[in-house]
This record gives sequence, C-alpha cells and structure tokens, in this order.
Amino acid sequence: MSIRERLSGNEATATAMKQINPDVVAAFPITPSTEIPQYFSTFVANGTVDTEFVAVESEHSAMSACIGAEAAGSRAMTATSANGLSLMWEMIYIASSLRLPIVLSLVNRAVSGPLNIHCDHSDAMGVRDSGWIMLFSENNQEAYDNTLMAHRIAEHKDVMLPLMVCQDGFITSHAIENIELVEDDKVKEFVGEYKPEHYLLNKEEPIAVGPLDLQAYLFEHKTQQAIAMKNAKQVILDVSKDFEKMTGRNYGLFEEYQLEDAEIAIVCMNSTAGTTKFVIDNLRKKGIKAGLLKIRVFRPFPVDEVAKSLSHVKAIAILDRADSLNAAGGALFEDVTSAMYVNNIHVSAVNYIYGIGGRDTKADDIESVYTDLLEIVKTNKIDNPYRYLGLRKEGDK
Amino acid sequence: MDNLIEIRWHGRGGQGAKTASLLLADAAFNTGKYIQGFPEYGPERMGAPITAYNRISSNPITIHSNIYEPDYVVVVDDTLLECVDVTAGLKESGAIVINTTKSVDYLKTALKGYKGSIYTIDARKISEEALGKYFPNTPMLAAIVKVSGIMTDEALLEDMKESFQHKFAKKPEVIDGNMKALELALKEVKKI
Repeated sequence: MSIRERLSGNEATATAMKQINPDVVAAFPITPSTEIPQYFSTFVANGTVDTEFVAVESEHSAMSACIGAEAAGSRAMTATSANGLSLMWEMIYIASSLRLPIVLSLVNRAVSGPLNIHCDHSDAMGVRDSGWIMLFSENNQEAYDNTLMAHRIAEHKDVMLPLMVCQDGFITSHAIENIELVEDDKVKEFVGEYKPEHYLLNKEEPIAVGPLDLQAYLFEHKTQQAIAMKNAKQVILDVSKDFEKMTGRNYGLFEEYQLEDAEIAIVCMNSTAGTTKFVIDNLRKKGIKAGLLKIRVFRPFPVDEVAKSLSHVKAIAILDRADSLNAAGGALFEDVTSAMYVNNIHVSAVNYIYGIGGRDTKADDIESVYTDLLEIVKTNKIDNPYRYLGLRKEGDK
Repeated sequence: MDNLIEIRWHGRGGQGAKTASLLLADAAFNTGKYIQGFPEYGPERMGAPITAYNRISSNPITIHSNIYEPDYVVVVDDTLLECVDVTAGLKESGAIVINTTKSVDYLKTALKGYKGSIYTIDARKISEEALGKYFPNTPMLAAIVKVSGIMTDEALLEDMKESFQHKFAKKPEVIDGNMKALELALKEVKKI
C-alpha cells in the first residue's frame, strides 16, 4: 500500500533522497531549491540516513565534490537552481564526459539578470547540450517519482550519464499537494545498490580519471557520450515499466493527454502541462478537440516518437518557458519542429515564449493559445510563428 | 471539477496567512480531499502585503496558476482594504471574511459594492483572550472553515488538536490557547 501524504515539491524531492540514502550529498543553498539540502541535512543530523553531507562553499564545489565522490565509486546527489547551476557549468560538462551518473535536482528558476528568483526554464536550457539526461516533472508526484527512477537510469551500464530532475520553482517546489509515497523498503529494493564497473578506490584496478584527451581520441569519446544518450531512451522506458509494476503509475518518454483524436495540440513541460490539462477538460466539454503532449524526457529528445505522436494533428503550439534570444524560437520549438522535419511530417507549428521570470500562466492564457490554433486551422495561415504568451501589452496595468 | 473550492488569503508578512493556508490545506487533506496550498512569493518582509491560496476538491487538481476568481477571500489585516483590491474576481456566490472591528458602512464602501456575503470576526480580541498575544491566523482559519463549510466544526477541532500537539510538542502550554481561539472563532464569525 502506498502512503497518502501532502508535500511540497521540495519536500517530495528531499523525501525521495532520504529513501535513496545516497553515499554523498554535496550542496550549496540557492532559492528556490534551498529546502532540499535543508531538509536533507536534518535527515543526516538525526541519523535517518547515513549519507556524508558536504556543506560546500559554492555550487562549483558542490558539483566538484559530487564528481569526486562518484569517481571514487559512490553514489552522489545534489540540488540547485538558476545561478547555482550557472556556477556549476564548468563541472556539469566534466561530470557527463567522465561518465559519472550523478543525480541533480534542478528547481527551475530564471538565470540572472536582472535578478529574479522565480520560475522559468532558462537554467535548464543553458545545459541542454551538456550531456545530462533531463527529466521534467509536472508536479510534486512526478518530481518524487523521477528522482526514485533516476539512479537506475543514470547508472545503467549502457548509459552511465548524469541525470537532472527538473521541476518548476515555487509553482511546484513550494506548493503543498497530495502525493502517493512508496514505502522505504520498496524504494531501497527498487533503487538497488550502486556497483560501478570502474572506480578510483578499486585497488585491484588502478585507473586515471579525467586525463588530457586531445585530437587523437576526444572525438571518439564524445561520440561514446552521444551513443550513451541514445541508449538512455530504452533504459528510461525499461526502468519506467519496472516503476509502474511497483506503483501502478505509468511513465513514458512523454505523456499524451487527449491527444489521440486531437485536432490542435500544445507541447509543453512541467507545471504548465497541468494547467493545460485543466483547460483541455473544459474545451472538450465544448466539443473542441484539444490535446497535449507533455515532454518528460527532454534529453535524450524523443525525436521519432514525438513526430509520430503529433503527425495527425492540424496545428501545434510549442510553449517555451525560456527565450533563446536567437530570433529563431525557443529550444523546445526547435527540437519539435526539427523532429517533424526529419520525419517528413508537416504540421503547422507556432512557438510561444511564456512564463518568463515567474509570470503566472493562467488557464485563460492557455485557452487563448488553443483559440489561435483553431484560427490557424481555419485560415491555414501563420503570420508570425514566434509569439509571446502573457506578455504585457501597451496600456496594460 | 464542479466541486473545486478556491480560496485567496490576504495578509501582511508575519501574521501567518501563509501558515493558515497551509494548515487549511492540511485539515482538508485529512478529511480525504485533494488540496493545494501555496503562497505567492514576493519581496518577503514583515508587514508587506502577501497573498496565499488554497484549492480544495474531491478530484485530483491539475491547474497550477494563481487564483483569479476565488470562491472565498480571507482578509487577515483590515488595513489592506485600503491598498489591495481584495474582492478582485471574487464570485458573488462566494463570501469574504475579514478580521476587523470597523463599521458595516465602512466595510461596504471599502469593498466597492461587493454583492456576495461579507463576514467579520475580531481575531485580535479572540487571540488576545485565548493566547494572550496577537496571532490572527488561528481564528481566521476557523472562520473560513465555518463560512465555507469545507468541513464540520468537530472535524476541524479534532484535526487541529492533533496538528497542534505535533507542531507545539515542545510548547504544550500554547495548545489549549490555540484550541480555545479556534472554538471562539467558530462561534463569533458573523455575517453583516
């Protein structure tokens, strides 16, 4: 029997970490992820876990400590947001290239500047090409579930890549909601022990980690990372299937909500997907065939699956909670449209940049997107594919 | 989601409006509901206006925006009536609950002709009588439960007793006072 609880997204993540009981947690506090190491440090202090908690002096050090711990052969976790991730940036690439399956909880927040502590996905988008697996979570339940699955995916011998679990800062990290927890012993059995193949503290096999890698082999090593990322897709599906056996909760590469017979669809990630479901339920009552494709696995990007899933709709809006400032659309928009192009599927598609710096995304905003899509279907015309949602207009208060 | 109840709290930093919204979420959760409790984080400092929200439903809640058309509004500090549009979007089928001793005429003017029900309660008097100190959030929690009918008085009292015993495990002397504040508030909240 699962345990009915009510927890914030941060509490849910800290609870997952408690149940995982990793060897090392190294973290430096930053809003809105601060509560995760804060709660976790109390578990350490009262002996609920036997983790070595390292209260480092910066995020660069937090990731460095995780790299050291994982290279030594142990299981390491951390949490951060926005500028904390920016400060980790150098080590983020080193973690993935050294093939260290570190698990990071990223509570999404706008990267400065100007200074803002609220949610957008600019932090995550800044590391989308760094070789980390990236899972996005609609609510506290998904943040918890993704964290429980994280080590099994990251540590799989065909993968061996670090993994970050994303959730929306404040919107889900600080909202108390219902959640179903898994019992401690079941989590322990599900996650299992970490038995690395190669590690520094193995005296039977002395190895070097992170030596100079020049023209002769860096290319091949990078390609191995790329292959591992490709392999991750099947591993994620396999682990998710095992997770479903334990909890009854089904996870794929993405979630399709009312998409099967949809004529118009939104593609988005994290908490906005929940608001979109709420809007879809209302639109369906009016006979409007609206649907949603919610990306869970952003890296590796499920190119063929996404294209196939959207191939039957007449118009798509892709919502990006980070502006790429490139005069060419947000990252998710580029990924989705590219996926469709290479699969030779043409569906009208528009991009909306939304929710920047915590701008609240209302049900009305989402409904207006579906209204726009209906117009596109009717007129078969897109004047401007690069749009904004919820942006102040001249004269707005 | 026809049974979805949405509540917006207006208070000032330090008065416990956020805590009250989380306690309400807790109490409703314990009656078997799906709940959300979340504050709107801004510049957090003592005395600054703050907003917190609750959603309570018999079905899972997926929407993740702030609340713009609440069924109920709770005003923890009546000085906010002068500077915050507390009835913005408030449904006329709903109600507003205000911690105040101000006159009916003043309130009607301040609420700009809001046509729904208006309830008042003197949370200061109750809190000072029950606790010897001014903590308005406990009486306001009882007041909104009474007005909204989210749960019975008995269910609230039973649940809060357990919650206080846990929360104040190291300060058991305040449990009785808080319970008394709840009981008084359930009796004293009145419609104008």
